[in-house]
Amino acid sequence: MTAASRLADLGEQVILLEREEQVGGHLRNWDRLFPNRRPGYEVLNYLTEELGSKVDIRCLQTVTTIFSGERDFQLQLASGKSLRCDALLLATGFDLFDARRKEEYGYAIYDNVITSAELEELFRSGAPITTRQGKVPKRVGFVHCVGSRDEKAGNLYCSKVCCVTGVKQAIEIKELFPEAEVFGFYMDLRMFDRHFEEMYYEAQQKWDINFLRGRVSECAENQDQSIVLKIEDTLTSRPLKMTVDLLVLLVGFVPSPETLRLAAMLDLPVGEDRFLEPADEHTKSTLTVKPGVFLAGAVKGPFSISNAIADAGTAALQIHAYLKTL
Amino acid sequence: MISFNLFVLPFSFGLIYLLYMIIRWWTKWIRALPPEDRARFRKGIFSRQFFSGLKEVFLESLVHRKMFRRNALLGFMHMSFALGWFLLILAGNIESRIYSTSHVNPPYYPIFLKFFIHDRTVLWFEINTVPGFFRFLMDFLLLFILSGLILAMIKRGRSRWFGMTRTTHSQLTDRVALVCLWLIFPVRLLAESFTDGYYGAGGGFATQHLGNLFAVLFRESSQHIAYALWWLYSLALGIFFVTLPFSRYWHIPTEVLLIFFRRFGIPPKRIASSFSQVEIGACSRCGVCIDVCQLGSAARIHDIQAVYFLRSVRDEQVSRDITLRCLVCGRCQETCPVGINIDLIRLIERYNFSGSHASDFTYLPEPAPRKAQVAYFAGCMTHLTPSIIRAMKGILQEAGIDYHFLDEEGSVCCGRPMMLSGKHEQAGELIRFNRELILQSGADTLVTSCPICFRVFREEYNLPVRILHHTQYLLELIKSGKVPLQTVFRKVAYHDPCDLGRGSNEYRAPRELLAKVAELVEVPEEKEDALCCGGSLGIYTISSRKRDLITSDALDKLTSSGPEVLVTACPLCKKTFSRLAGIEVLDVAEMVYGAIPE
Amino acid sequence: MKEFGYTVHKERLIDYDRNDKRVLNHLKKHEPSVLTCIACGSCTATCSAGQLVDFNIRLVQTLLRRGEIEPLKKEVRKCMLCGKCILICPRGVNMRNLILAIQTAIDKLQ
Repeated sequence: MTAASRLADLGEQVILLEREEQVGGHLRNWDRLFPNRRPGYEVLNYLTEELGSKVDIRCLQTVTTIFSGERDFQLQLASGKSLRCDALLLATGFDLFDARRKEEYGYAIYDNVITSAELEELFRSGAPITTRQGKVPKRVGFVHCVGSRDEKAGNLYCSKVCCVTGVKQAIEIKELFPEAEVFGFYMDLRMFDRHFEEMYYEAQQKWDINFLRGRVSECAENQDQSIVLKIEDTLTSRPLKMTVDLLVLLVGFVPSPETLRLAAMLDLPVGEDRFLEPADEHTKSTLTVKPGVFLAGAVKGPFSISNAIADAGTAALQIHAYLKTL
Repeated sequence: MISFNLFVLPFSFGLIYLLYMIIRWWTKWIRALPPEDRARFRKGIFSRQFFSGLKEVFLESLVHRKMFRRNALLGFMHMSFALGWFLLILAGNIESRIYSTSHVNPPYYPIFLKFFIHDRTVLWFEINTVPGFFRFLMDFLLLFILSGLILAMIKRGRSRWFGMTRTTHSQLTDRVALVCLWLIFPVRLLAESFTDGYYGAGGGFATQHLGNLFAVLFRESSQHIAYALWWLYSLALGIFFVTLPFSRYWHIPTEVLLIFFRRFGIPPKRIASSFSQVEIGACSRCGVCIDVCQLGSAARIHDIQAVYFLRSVRDEQVSRDITLRCLVCGRCQETCPVGINIDLIRLIERYNFSGSHASDFTYLPEPAPRKAQVAYFAGCMTHLTPSIIRAMKGILQEAGIDYHFLDEEGSVCCGRPMMLSGKHEQAGELIRFNRELILQSGADTLVTSCPICFRVFREEYNLPVRILHHTQYLLELIKSGKVPLQTVFRKVAYHDPCDLGRGSNEYRAPRELLAKVAELVEVPEEKEDALCCGGSLGIYTISSRKRDLITSDALDKLTSSGPEVLVTACPLCKKTFSRLAGIEVLDVAEMVYGAIPE
Repeated sequence: MKEFGYTVHKERLIDYDRNDKRVLNHLKKHEPSVLTCIACGSCTATCSAGQLVDFNIRLVQTLLRRGEIEPLKKEVRKCMLCGKCILICPRGVNMRNLILAIQTAIDKLQ
C-alpha cells in the first residue's frame, strides 16, 4: 500500500492487485502493534487514506501467469483479463507457520493450545478470553520459537518479530487478567528494535511476567484440560514441570507458496530459507537481478510493520528511478 | 600305468591345498561350536535334515533360485557357472570311468581326460541314441558355462540388464581369482579343440569343429599349442584353487556348511561365533545388497553397504564407522540370496566396539502399576506424537476396555535402541524393569503403539502374555464389534515400518484395518521391499542433511500415486515423514479414531 | 597469566586455559553436529532418564566441551539411548552418537 501511494505521489500510474477482498494483509487481523501497543486499525486506516483514489485498487485478483517481455510484463489474471505493465513490485507478504506441524505442543489436539494469531483475533473481537471450558485463565504460557530456528520444522531462520509479540501479548493478558500468572518460555529474547528492550523491562518490572529460559519439549493434557509442560529450566539446570490453563504458541513466518509460484515464473533467485533474494543485501535491497522486478517487505523474510513500511518507501523510489530510464 | 604329465602338477597342488583349507576351516568351525550345537550337528548328519540340506544346496548354491527371482539374466549367469561346473565335474568323472583302462585314477584324470584319451569309440548305449553321448554332453556343458561367462563379461558394461545399477568394487585377491576363473573354461575349450584337431578324434560337436579349423590353420604347431594350452588350463585351475580361500569364491564351500548349520537347527548368536564366521565366509560378494541400500541410493554414502561391511569383518579390518553407518532396516538382508543375518552381524561388531562401556541404571524405580486386563505401552517416541495417544485413548474408551496406560507419565525405554548400539547386556537392565512393570500389572494382553517396542517385546522379553501392536489389537476390537465405524474412504498410501514389517513379519493387519476406513493406493516398494523412512535409531553416524535425503526419496516414492494421506503405524516414522511431507501424515490409529461416529 | 580472585573456589572454576580439551576435539571430529548446540534445553526436558534421575544431558555435554571431564565420566552411563532428544533438537545435534563418542573419548583418555 505504501509503495503504491508513494509512486502515485511521484506521478506514476499504479495498479494494486490484491488476492483477498480487502487490502492490508495480516495487519487487518492484528489488534495492537508493538512497541507502543497502539491499535493496528489506526495504521491500516492511515495507509488506506493515503491510497485515496490515486491508485487503481483491484481486489480478489489472482495472477495465473506472467510473461516477461523485453521491457515490460504481461500478466494473465484468473478473471480472464490481462494487464501490461513496465515494472512489477512483489509485496505479497508471508504465511504463518502451521502449528499442527509441531505435534508435541498439542495444537489441534488439546483444547487449550492456541496460536499468537488466534490470540490477537480474540483481543480484536473484544470477546472475553477463557479456556475452552469457559474458565478464566489463572496461568497463561507463551512458547517462543514455534516453527522458527527449528530444523525439525524445516525453518532454520529466526522470525524476528515473534519474541517482541510474545512480550506484548503477555502484557496485554496481564492488562486483562491482573491476577493471572503469565510465563514466557524462550531460548533467546530477541528485542531487536527501539523501545523493545524497554518493553521487556516493563513486562518484568510493572507486570511481573515470568521469563523462563528453556525450550518446551512436549505437552500433555490433564483431566481438566489444563496443559502440563515439560521444560528444562536451563538457568538452574533442573527439569521443570508446570501446568497452565492456556498455552499460546508464538508461530513464525514461512514463505508463502503463492509468492514462490510467482517468483518461479519470473526466474527470481530464492534463498535456502525459501524467501526471495534481492539484488544486493545492503545496497539494492528492493531490486532484484531481473530489471523491472522489485521486492518489498516480507517476501524477503521476516519483517516488522514499521520496517516494511520504510522498505516500501525505498522500493517506490527505486521503481520511480527505473521507470525514468525507460 | 598311471596317466601323468608334468602339467597336471599346478592343478593337483592347488586342489590339495584347497581341500586342506576346507577341511581345516570346517573342522575349526565345527569344533568351536558350543556343545549343544555340536550335538545338533552330529544328530543332523544322520537325520532327514541332511537330505533337505542337500536339496537346498542344489536349489540355491547350484540353481540359484533366489537370484532368478530377482533377475532372470543374473540368475542364469550365476547358475551356468555353478550348476554347469558341477555337472561338468560329475559327467567328467563318469566319462573318465568309462574310458579309462585302470580302476584307480588320479583326481586330475577326469579334468584332463581329453589330453590322455582321444578316440571315437561308440559306447553300447549310444548305438540307438546320440552317438558320442558323453562327447556331446561335455561340449554342451562347456558351452553352457561359457554362455554364462559371456553374460558375466557383458555385465561389466551393462549391469542394468542384470537388474543391478551398482556392482561390487573388487579387491586384488578377488580380481586375481576372477581372471583365473574366467580363463579356465575358454582355455579348456581351446585345449580340447586343438587336441581334437591334432589327433582328429575325441571331441564333441563344438570341439571337433573348432579342432578341425585349428588343424587347418596351424597344422603341425597344433600339438605344441595344445600342450601350452593344457599347461595354461592347469595353471588357471591351480591358481584359482590357491586364491579361493582368500577370495569371494570361498563362499562356494562355506555356503554349503552354512546351509547344513541352518538345517540342523544351529542358531545364530549375539556375539561372534562359528555361525557368524561361517555366514561371513558364505558371502559371495554378488552385490545385490548394494542397490537396495538407501544410504547408497538416496544419501550417496557408498562404502558401507553389507558386502563391504562383511568383507571388512572377514579381513579383520572393521572400522567403528562402518559398523555405525547402517540403518539396520533389513533391506539388504531381505535380498541376500544366501540369507545372511547381516543386521545381526552389524550389531555383533558394534558390541565389539561398545559392549564394554558400562551403563548405570541403578536409578530405575520399583515398578508399581495399577492392575488391569489390558496393558498399553505407548513407547517413548509416541509421547512426541500425542495425537496417536489421544486416538488410542479414544478408541479404548469407546470400546469400553479396562486398560492401564503403563507409561503415561513417561517411559523407561524398551531397550531395543540400546541393543542397536551393540550393548545387549546393558539393554537387559531396561528389559528387566519393563518386564516387571508388565507382569505386575497382571494384564493378559500387552498392546503397544511403537513397532520398535513391539519387536523387542516379542524377541527379548519372554513374556507369558499376548503381545500385540496396536494395529493388530484395533483390528480385533473392530472385528468383535466393539468399535462402530463410519467409513470415510480417503485415498491413502500405507508405509510399512521396518520393525513391524520386515522386523516382525506383520504386513496384513495394518492393511486389513486400514481398508475398513480408507481406500489404499498402490505403493511401488512395499511389504518386504518397503523403504525405510530414514528416522531409524539403528544408524548412529549420519548428518541431518543426509537423513533428510533418505526421507525425501522415500516420500517421493510413497506419494507417487497421489494419495491424500500417508498412513504409517510407527510414531518415529510419523514424526520423520511429517517434517518433509507435503501431504498429511497420520497413524493408523488416528484414521480409525477419525472414523468413529460422534 | 593473571589468576584473579578465583583461586578460592577452585572446584567450581572452569579454567578454560588449563582444562583438557581432548574430549572436545574428539567430539568435533566424530560428531561435529555438537558444534551447533544452542543449549535450549529441550533435550534434557524430554529425556527419558532425566525424569527419573538427576541427569542433565545439555549440562553434561556443555561442561565436557569446556573441558570438565573428571566429574562427568560416569554421568553419560545413565543414558538409555532412547533417541527422544534427537527427535526434538532444533539444531539437529545427534545426541546418541555424541554419547557413544564421549564414551570412546573417555576410554581413550584412560
